[in-house]
Amino acid sequence: MIPYQPCLNIVFAMSLSTQDVEKVARLARLAMSPSEIETSRNQLNGIFGLIAEMQAVNTDGVEPMSHSQDLAQRLREDKVTESNQREAFQAVAPQVEQGLFLVPKVIE
Amino acid sequence: MFESSLKQLGDALRAKNISSVELTQSYLDRMAKLNPELNAFITINPEMSLAQAKAADARLAAGTADALTGIPIAQKDIFCAKDWLTTCGSKMLHNFVSPYDAHIISQFNNAGAINLGKTNMDEFAMGSSNETSHYGPVKNPWDTARVPGGSSGGTAAAVAARLCAAATGTDTGGSIRQPAALCGISGLKPTYGVCSRYGMIAFASSLDQAGPMGRSAEDLALMMNVMAGFDERDSTSLQRDKEDYARDLNKPLTGLRIGLPKEFFAEGMGADVAKAIEAAIAEYKKLGATIVDISLPNSKLSVPVYYVLAPAEASSNLSRFDGVRYGYRAPEYGDLADMYEKSRAQGFGAEVQRRIMIGTYVLSHGYYDAYYIKAQRIRRLIAQDFVEAYKQCDVIMGPTSPSTAFKLGEKGDDPVQMYLSDIYTIAVNLAGLPGMSIPCGFGDNDMPVGLQIIGNYFDEARMLNVAHQYQLATDWHSRAPKGL
Repeated sequence: MIPYQPCLNIVFAMSLSTQDVEKVARLARLAMSPSEIETSRNQLNGIFGLIAEMQAVNTDGVEPMSHSQDLAQRLREDKVTESNQREAFQAVAPQVEQGLFLVPKVIE
Repeated sequence: MFESSLKQLGDALRAKNISSVELTQSYLDRMAKLNPELNAFITINPEMSLAQAKAADARLAAGTADALTGIPIAQKDIFCAKDWLTTCGSKMLHNFVSPYDAHIISQFNNAGAINLGKTNMDEFAMGSSNETSHYGPVKNPWDTARVPGGSSGGTAAAVAARLCAAATGTDTGGSIRQPAALCGISGLKPTYGVCSRYGMIAFASSLDQAGPMGRSAEDLALMMNVMAGFDERDSTSLQRDKEDYARDLNKPLTGLRIGLPKEFFAEGMGADVAKAIEAAIAEYKKLGATIVDISLPNSKLSVPVYYVLAPAEASSNLSRFDGVRYGYRAPEYGDLADMYEKSRAQGFGAEVQRRIMIGTYVLSHGYYDAYYIKAQRIRRLIAQDFVEAYKQCDVIMGPTSPSTAFKLGEKGDDPVQMYLSDIYTIAVNLAGLPGMSIPCGFGDNDMPVGLQIIGNYFDEARMLNVAHQYQLATDWHSRAPKGL
């Protein structure tokens, strides 16, 4: 991993390399062919052009807003409210066996 | 009958002039005839709809019917409905028969409404034209060469073509209002937190909100009475007293102060749209309203802010689709990572992948502050503009969309152009305010134009009043597409 550096030129220029896009695709768990990476790179650069306008706005002292009502999360009593519906929920799974979801072997 | 209001249908059902089974069958027959061309529905299941209609008739006979008991309502395919295929417009969920009901679906079931089918939509609600649906584009009933708007395009087309009495939509950046405008119907996005998001497949959780779409403001009020309400299963659901959204429909508009933001009437709006909006404002003056010039100086930043925040939240929400517990799994794969990557690459369409890529990038190490936090700060500035504006006015009006419905394929290759079609609607989602669109005339090529009405927080009853009074004085909302 490359340690974080405030690379302002990258942030403002918004021009992604092929390697940048390959890394994002890997993080997003999306298989992409070299031609798809190239298409994605061009489209992302176009969209980052649209986003660049934000950088010119002065937001000193403005608190980030995540929700309009700025509510605190509600708490509830720590008690069981749902019944076990394993069969119903596994009926829509791609592959199950003996009540377990099957995936490729993770640990040798 | 297909032109009847929800109130008229409810009265006819309670008076036993028609049964719910007969009414539901009439709609199913009309859908069988018209849906193959319009593609407004992804799933139609006559057996399940008619079973609900039979139960509704029993309830009507017992005298325990509510306002919507027995009335056929279509549901956007973003709402999980038990035993119904629920695809969200995606190949990823092509085989997902939901094991549970969304809160909104339970509300309609409890009210005795009939689920008439699941409407087509942009994949995971990401789109403004309904062209990103895995199940094919929806056609606009006013001109089948044109798009119905999106993402609730199937719902808008179904309501406009009289394939259902009313229907649900969801709105993250304009997905109720823009298709309502493009299809000549009425649609309301409530204040964020008024309708529960439980069981509504998540796109951008801090913006997503369910709402009604129908042929009149009066119909929307009856739908809101069913849809709104606190639900503890949604962590952002608001605890508020139950209200009757129809209570103010008949109030006169004398003294109403309408704010017109100068930014909404600047360049970018089509001349045909501008003409219809100006005529609507003139009509409101006749109804007793006064006009106040206002400014929303930061609203121009809505599109860039939205296209950081919404993809960021989407990339996180859509990480749940991994081919393990439900949904699509690639037929061939090697190890676990390969299974994830192939399942997601094959299961998601191009627009969804594009937004996941944007979101993953803006949330990645080193860019979070520059993009995501910066966008959230500007979001507050956008919301504050509205707080200032509502010191001078009661509602804000302007166009819903810069143009009328465009042709299928017209904006397909340019995501930025497509994103700009949401320019007037996005600020409302960012601020969490209620917004609606009502038909106010026709533009070039005889395509419908929508008037956007933006209210202050929790002012839905007043907005419905404002819309209803206009609909009593004009007949744009009762115009139907020709040839259907």
